[in-house]
Amino acid sequence: MNIQTQIKRTAAEELLLDAFAAHGEALPGDSSVKAQRKAAAELIGRGLPTRRVESWHYTDLRRLLSNVAAFTQGQGAAAEAALLDGSTVLSVVGGKASASANVDGLTVASLVNGLADGKLAERLTLAGTDDTVGAINSAFVADGYAVDIAAGAEIAHPVELQNVHAGGQVHTRFVVNAGEGAKAVIVERQTGTGSALVSSVSELDVGEGAEILWIIVQDQPVEADHLAQFKARITANAKLTLFVMNSGAKLARQEVRVRMEGEHSQFHLRGVNLLAGDAHSDITMVLDHLAPDTYSTETIRNIVTGRADGVFQGMIRVAQKAQKTDAKMACNTLLLTDEGSFSTKPELEIFADDVVCGHGATVTEIEKAHLFYLMARGIEEKSARGLLVKAFLAEVIEELENEQAIEVLEDKLNRWFEAHA
Amino acid sequence: MLEIKNLHARIAEDGTEILRGVNLTVKPGEVVAIMGPNGSGKSTLSYVLSGRDDYEVTEGDILLNGESILEMDPAERASAGVFLAFQYPMEIPGVATMEFLKVAMNSQRKARGEEELKVPEFIKRVRTAAEELSMDMNMLKRPLNVGFSGGEKKRAEILQMKLLEPNLCVLDETDSGLDIDALRIVAEGVNALRSPDRAIVVITHYQRLLDYIVPDTVHVLYKGRVVKSGGKELAQELEKTGYAEIIGEAA
Repeated sequence: MNIQTQIKRTAAEELLLDAFAAHGEALPGDSSVKAQRKAAAELIGRGLPTRRVESWHYTDLRRLLSNVAAFTQGQGAAAEAALLDGSTVLSVVGGKASASANVDGLTVASLVNGLADGKLAERLTLAGTDDTVGAINSAFVADGYAVDIAAGAEIAHPVELQNVHAGGQVHTRFVVNAGEGAKAVIVERQTGTGSALVSSVSELDVGEGAEILWIIVQDQPVEADHLAQFKARITANAKLTLFVMNSGAKLARQEVRVRMEGEHSQFHLRGVNLLAGDAHSDITMVLDHLAPDTYSTETIRNIVTGRADGVFQGMIRVAQKAQKTDAKMACNTLLLTDEGSFSTKPELEIFADDVVCGHGATVTEIEKAHLFYLMARGIEEKSARGLLVKAFLAEVIEELENEQAIEVLEDKLNRWFEAHA
Repeated sequence: MLEIKNLHARIAEDGTEILRGVNLTVKPGEVVAIMGPNGSGKSTLSYVLSGRDDYEVTEGDILLNGESILEMDPAERASAGVFLAFQYPMEIPGVATMEFLKVAMNSQRKARGEEELKVPEFIKRVRTAAEELSMDMNMLKRPLNVGFSGGEKKRAEILQMKLLEPNLCVLDETDSGLDIDALRIVAEGVNALRSPDRAIVVITHYQRLLDYIVPDTVHVLYKGRVVKSGGKELAQELEKTGYAEIIGEAA
């Protein structure tokens, strides 16, 4: 099975390998980091995954990543204003981290040090031969932030992690450690201008009893390819809510890998995918319930217009000892054009016998009775449809326990509709 | 105001004929009750008036102020002054009630060539109307009808009716699911809307609502036709004798 026939490399594969050959040595890292980078580059050298690799079945990366932006930095990238008022902004601009923070309970360091001294080497280990997003990031990661939230600290204002580019290649990593009982809201912004290849990996440790709301807002330009990973470990009595809003990029893959390691831990994933034009956007989740009495919910809502394609793969694995697991997953899509498509693949792998696990997926059009009700009040058909489509997504946004985030995200939603609907 | 002439309508999906030649004239200022047993076509009539496309008109016409509305979609009919208070108002998660009210009011104003309402004026109108119906403004912060009790939904329908100021109000079984206090409040709301240039059509199963909203005329619908018409005493008579006698006469 593993014997590879030599096939001609794609332009993207060539460019990635050439970039590694030319610049790999200059990237920060001690010998252990360099060894990890080399292993990652070797995985890339074996070829980007095609639809024959199960986890990439609906996102044929070899075909979709047809080209790769040059290994340079575009000029003129600048940090963005924070999404939420009063946020502590930690920007990676054009691949470089330079911000610092002076907030009680927060310790911030740029990642370049941790790479240089090898402390982060362990984290560059790949999850498997299909961990292509991890491989591209591990091979090239240049900077980012390591953020420690002290035990017991309740961080009053959100922390915004920005990854902003002006084209070229950007490979960034954020490592966040939330101490026992800590509370914080973290916003991850992925944005920029121009043709780019962005890889970004976020890692989060949620300490016992800690509560984290993490909001990913991806609105890359249509010329950008965006490969991202969110990895979290949730310990006992801790709660993580992850909200993902995808509204940009030519190709976007957001992987979510969460391990619920502690009893009574909670994980809630909410996703809103806004797909237009020729975009291909993929959210792939692997969630492990590893301890008893763990509770998770996943709700993904998608709007597809134009010729866009969307993907949601949701795998929930329940370990044998994770009795009393309660997991509910739903993926609902509104297809607004005949040319668009959405593929959903829910998977449950359950080894415990006393669990409640469910999943549902729907692909629908607008509910006729709702449309009639709105029109019967004088709202013309086009506006009525617009209201209902927005409502379909707003429902998920409004679940957030943060008034300002709801306002800001709904505003983004409105602007997306003005541009695309 | 409203003239329904020999109206025949069927369910679009399976062709079942529901209305079989309804004739009805409603004058400005008139309050009309349409009564009839289950399955007589009362609700269908309300949907056909408001333009729901699950029904097809196969014969006849509906004239509003002398003009046919058959070619108009529901939004155009609403802007022309038709309002249907639903028997089962839709819960629409994600649509904020206030936003909905504002869009509805301004859409109609726009369609009639009037200026959009400014926000303070809009809020003032909603607040006044809500007070008159003993509705808590907090309720209107919720998504449209979501989590409303049956009575709250009906009250919300009347609130919309007050705000949209239609010239033809059609109330479909507005009394269903209401307790006596809610019924009184809703009826008072409707009575407050009685005016010489507005007609109100009350569709109901029971006499009860008509104790509070006293009609000028009563029509009995049976098997898709008006089989008997009379004054308000006809409703009282029906309450005593039931529909069987009248249906017998008609058959």
